[in-house]
Amino acid sequence: MLHIVNKSPTERSTLASCLDHALPGHAVLLIEDAVYAATRGSAAAARLKSRAPGIEVYVLGPDLDARGMGRALVEGVGTVDYRGFVDLVTRFARVQSWL
Amino acid sequence: MTGQPGKIRKFMFVNRRAPYGTVYALEGLEVVLISAAFDQDVSLAFLDDGVYQLVKGQDTKAIETKNFSPTYRALEDYDVEKLYVEREALEARGLTAADLLVEAKVVAAAEMAALMEATDVLISF
Repeated sequence: MLHIVNKSPTERSTLASCLDHALPGHAVLLIEDAVYAATRGSAAAARLKSRAPGIEVYVLGPDLDARGMGRALVEGVGTVDYRGFVDLVTRFARVQSWL
Repeated sequence: MTGQPGKIRKFMFVNRRAPYGTVYALEGLEVVLISAAFDQDVSLAFLDDGVYQLVKGQDTKAIETKNFSPTYRALEDYDVEKLYVEREALEARGLTAADLLVEAKVVAAAEMAALMEATDVLISF
C-alpha cells in the first residue's frame, strides 16, 4: 500500500495515524506541508526514523524545494519528482490518502 | 481611518501557518500590506508553523505557485518593521535565526504573550 500524507505534523495528526497503520512493505509519500516531517530537528523526523522496519518513506521534491527545506532533509528518506509520484502510485495495488 | 482621526492603534498580525499548503500565509501578508496604508502601528508575529513562512531559499518554480517570500523583505518599505519570531517554534522545527530570510527579533513565548497583551487589535492567520 502507498500512504500519502499532505499536512504538517505540527498542525495535524495525520502522519502519526498513518505511521501507526503502515505495515512492512508499504511506502509513505510526504507531499505539500507534510514534507516538513522529514526535516532535521523536528519531532516528526524522530518519529519517522523510529518507524517499523520495511517501510519506505519519500518526499515530493518540488514541495520540499518550494519551502526552502531541501538542505534539511533527513537521511533515510527518498526524494521523488512528479514522475516518481506516478511511479509510486502504479507500483502499489492500493493508495490511501490521509486527509 | 474614519471615527477617531489621529488615533493610532497597535495591530498585530499573528501568523501560525506554513506557506503554500494553505492560503492563510499569503492572505495574511496581503492584509498586512493593505493595513500599511492606514498609518497604524503594525507588527507581525510568527509562531507555530508560521515560522516556516520566513525560511530562506524558497523556490516554487516546480509547483507553479507564486513565491511570495521576498515580500517579507519589502515590508520595511511600507514601514512595517516589527517582526517577532518565537524561539520555541524555531527550535521545535530545527531552525535558527540564520535560516530566516529577513531580520526579525527572536523572542521567547512568554515575551510573545506580553507583546500580544500590549496590542490593541490581534488578527490571526
